[in-house]
Amino acid sequence: MSIAQPMRTPADFPVADARCTVRSNRAVNGRYRHLVLEAPPPLCRAAPGQFFHLLCPPASGDDPFLRRPMSVYRIAPAKQAIEFLYNVVGAGTRSLARLAAGDAMSVMGPLGVGFTIGPTYRHILMVARGVGLATMAPVVPWARRRGIRVSAALSARSRADLMEREFTQGEDVRVYPVFDQDGSSDVEQVESLLRAILAEDRPDAMFTCGSNRLMTLLQKLGLEYGVPGEIALEQQMACALGVCLCCVRPIRIGGAIVHKRVCCEGPVFDLQQVAGTWRHG
Amino acid sequence: MVELSVRIGSLTLRNPVMPASGCFSHEFGQVFDLDRLGALVTKSVTPKLRKGNAIPRVAEVSHGMLNSIGIPSKGIAHFVREVVPLYASYSSPLVASVSADTVAEFADAAAALSVPGVAAIEANISCPNLEADGRAFAMMPDTTHAAVAAIRQRTALPVWAKLTPNTGDIKAVAIAAERAGADAVVVANTILGMSINVTTFRPTLGNVMGGLSGPAIKPIALRLVFQCAEVVSIPVIGCGGISTGEDVVEFMLAGATAVQVGTASFIHADAMVRIVDELRAFCATRGVDRVADLVHKARVEHEPIEW
Repeated sequence: MSIAQPMRTPADFPVADARCTVRSNRAVNGRYRHLVLEAPPPLCRAAPGQFFHLLCPPASGDDPFLRRPMSVYRIAPAKQAIEFLYNVVGAGTRSLARLAAGDAMSVMGPLGVGFTIGPTYRHILMVARGVGLATMAPVVPWARRRGIRVSAALSARSRADLMEREFTQGEDVRVYPVFDQDGSSDVEQVESLLRAILAEDRPDAMFTCGSNRLMTLLQKLGLEYGVPGEIALEQQMACALGVCLCCVRPIRIGGAIVHKRVCCEGPVFDLQQVAGTWRHG
Repeated sequence: MVELSVRIGSLTLRNPVMPASGCFSHEFGQVFDLDRLGALVTKSVTPKLRKGNAIPRVAEVSHGMLNSIGIPSKGIAHFVREVVPLYASYSSPLVASVSADTVAEFADAAAALSVPGVAAIEANISCPNLEADGRAFAMMPDTTHAAVAAIRQRTALPVWAKLTPNTGDIKAVAIAAERAGADAVVVANTILGMSINVTTFRPTLGNVMGGLSGPAIKPIALRLVFQCAEVVSIPVIGCGGISTGEDVVEFMLAGATAVQVGTASFIHADAMVRIVDELRAFCATRGVDRVADLVHKARVEHEPIEW
């Protein structure tokens, strides 16, 4: 039996599950690594804030069953490359760390809703901590190409952990580094720093990701100074396509709290709409 | 040319591979053509509005995963109005999965779901997350019969009963579903399990317990299919850990007429398409003209031991 099927074209399938080849996979510093994958054109259509779902190959005792969502650090369509910055924390990232140039892995994407830059923005403030820098970094060249000034408060355990060069990528960014080591990353100190920036050189929008402390602080300052913002959230995922409903977070819409899927309704949300903090699994 | 179509009661499927409820929605249409599938089975919808369970809702284990989503639901009317039309452009039959807290609610929900665009109703009488300690209608033959019979009376559509592996007597439950008028049994749902993070001492799931799925449970699901196929004459739809075309062959040999694929689609979104291709290739290689010829063909006779 055959049933007539409507014609569907490649444009109907914006998400690809592609085999990508590792070009390089090197340590950036004592904590973070930089993975460069050769990727076919559909994957290189990724926008800042979007992510890919990586199938981490089994290696020496680690056999991660589920894929790992990872936000894209750099998108280079001309070089047919997508790049990631990561921190080795568990079975998935341990297996990623073992990849060598020439190895292949399955990568699905691009996925999710990325950051939005308003047409009238002249100056943006980015607040990022740790590996969250990777999620935020693609916004930098994107904003600079539009002539938007970028200020960035970057937080890390120590100066050695700070990936300032990886973040700025040679672009003109006004960086305010803060560290755990000298206490300058304490929330009170960061608050003073951000208040000074907001008072002297008010940004049109703020962008952040990945830290409960920073989110709560930016929500407060955003309301006080009337500056809108966006935040990229993290959540455990299975399918990453909106099917399994694993990755929900409470989001405030109007007066109600609703569960939104981080994978497809995020990972980037309006800063003020994110309701409550979370704990990582 | 291998004939892949199979019949589940009055429904003809273009091939025996369809998604498992809870592991499918129209979003997969961004990755592959949903018309490549035998049927489209939606996530269970409930009459009551449900927010779902606490996060984390998923945890990986060896060769599988635990989940406790808790069936977030926007209700039957929302499903009919907003979800059914999403599949209007696809020709694969749409199977609406329904779950409810009581027999009466199950019956009302089945009636409300019997609308144009819905080809069959799958009664999820087995979801382990709904009631204390995972107890559900399909744990016992009498409660299975009550739920399925009530649904049967209120819809003219084919009714599939999705059974739970957590019962101690799957054969009696399958017989009860058949006697109550089910057109097929789906065997089976996830197996109740749990895991604990030894760093934090916390259970990995927000709901503490959840359903185990993936290749880890395949031998158990296969055994359940085999046992059900021995005692019912309605089609058995196999479900549990299927991730390759050869897995489908195994389930069909054990007695399944069709299969559902769940967790494998979370690893490769287009897994079902690949599985159909692998099944076709297997049949071509083995000289099987009709895939339906594989059903219940496991050779269980053994050579007598020579003394």
